[in-house]
Amino acid sequence: MSNEIKAHVRVSNQRPTFWRAVSAIVRKDLASERRSRELFSAMAMFALLVILIFNFALEMDAGTRASVTSGVLWVTFSFAGTLGLNRSMAVEKDRGCLDGLLLAPVDRSVIYFGKAIGNLLFMFVVEAFVLPIYTIFYNINVFHPGLILVIILGSIGYVALGTMLAAMVVQARTRDILLPIILFPVMLPLIIAAVKASSAFLQGLDMEFIWPSLNILISFDLIFIGLSYMLFDFVVEE
Amino acid sequence: MEAKPRKLRVLDGVSIVLLIIATGMVFFYAPMEREMGNVQRVFYFHVAAGWVGMIGFLSAVVAGIAYLRTGNRKWDIIGMAGIEVGLVFFLINIVSGSIWAKPTWNTWWRWDPRLVTATIMELIYFAYLMLRQGIEDPDRRARFGAIYAILGSVSVPFTFLSIRIWRTIHPVVIGTNSPDAEGSFNMETKMLQTLIFGVITFSFIASSLIWHRVRLGKLQDKIEGLRMKVMS
Repeated sequence: MSNEIKAHVRVSNQRPTFWRAVSAIVRKDLASERRSRELFSAMAMFALLVILIFNFALEMDAGTRASVTSGVLWVTFSFAGTLGLNRSMAVEKDRGCLDGLLLAPVDRSVIYFGKAIGNLLFMFVVEAFVLPIYTIFYNINVFHPGLILVIILGSIGYVALGTMLAAMVVQARTRDILLPIILFPVMLPLIIAAVKASSAFLQGLDMEFIWPSLNILISFDLIFIGLSYMLFDFVVEE
Repeated sequence: MEAKPRKLRVLDGVSIVLLIIATGMVFFYAPMEREMGNVQRVFYFHVAAGWVGMIGFLSAVVAGIAYLRTGNRKWDIIGMAGIEVGLVFFLINIVSGSIWAKPTWNTWWRWDPRLVTATIMELIYFAYLMLRQGIEDPDRRARFGAIYAILGSVSVPFTFLSIRIWRTIHPVVIGTNSPDAEGSFNMETKMLQTLIFGVITFSFIASSLIWHRVRLGKLQDKIEGLRMKVMS
């Protein structure tokens, strides 16, 4: 019997604390992903294809590469991200898991944070897969500590808002097409700031040029985590 | 069906008269701008439409918050009306701005913070409508609409900031000719009067339209209720 299942049994015996309940949801997502691997393989495959298409669409010679790297990376992350967000919420809805989660004697925001942290981990895994591949394909070293920081901050904001919207979209009739449409207009400032900060780090600009973008990323993250925490109750209310 | 309220009829009449006067003022009262010539006259309705579009969006946000707090259907209808009316006026704002920009900036479009922010707001309006269209349950539709209006309104200022910062990082892109400098002009008293009159006129037109839309929404609700009754 694996550790996760023991953990579930333990949690159900007593009223769980907030973070223990959150980590139970995260572990549940990780365990199901470890067995099926459908989310990672879809996201990684998709990310790979996007990078390949960009290569031919942009005629990526050495000069172009330097200037478009951060853009290509962020487009790849955000497209692959929508795939993951949609799927992670759809499985909850389809198999009736969401109702089960809602019946659990925990705060509704636990579900939000559990799903968001799970999504964030999947994002990180995909990004950790894409970065070395990008480095190999284009011979540009993207392992810059600043860039990693931007990717972490950007991914946090992306899943904070994306999990919220995905939870809404799965309850709609047109859910297969809706997520990118309602996600990208609201996500635009995050993507702009992330692209600008990444390319500034890659070009080795001074921190005084990078701070404004980083500030936007940090405040976007904080504000949308807070808003989602306040509003998520209304998303799953029945 | 209840008759159109008298106040609304008066508001309709006043809006039409004001629009005629405002159009007259734009063409005959406001003086010709020295450098740009007649095309500058777009400016009065351009600003007024943008103002009204912004009001429509903000009223949807306020109505969204009110809906989430009270659960009263009235607020959902008001929010929807604000978004729909705002959508139309913001489109007028963007298109008229483009018409002005062609002779003044010598291009239809520029990736300037204001232009992008206006367009993103328009796209959020559209996305809001598409989100609502995809949801059948009226309660859920109202809740999700309210949430999306709130999230969108928080994101829009971020868009403006993120683009403005990018411009300051790359001063070469705009060089000495900042967008503000190009096509700006000193407003004379008569121009200012025309502008204020235009803004007031558009506010009247928009409130009349929102009122109409709210009535329509209430009727829709009534029909939906009747249909439920017939089906059960």
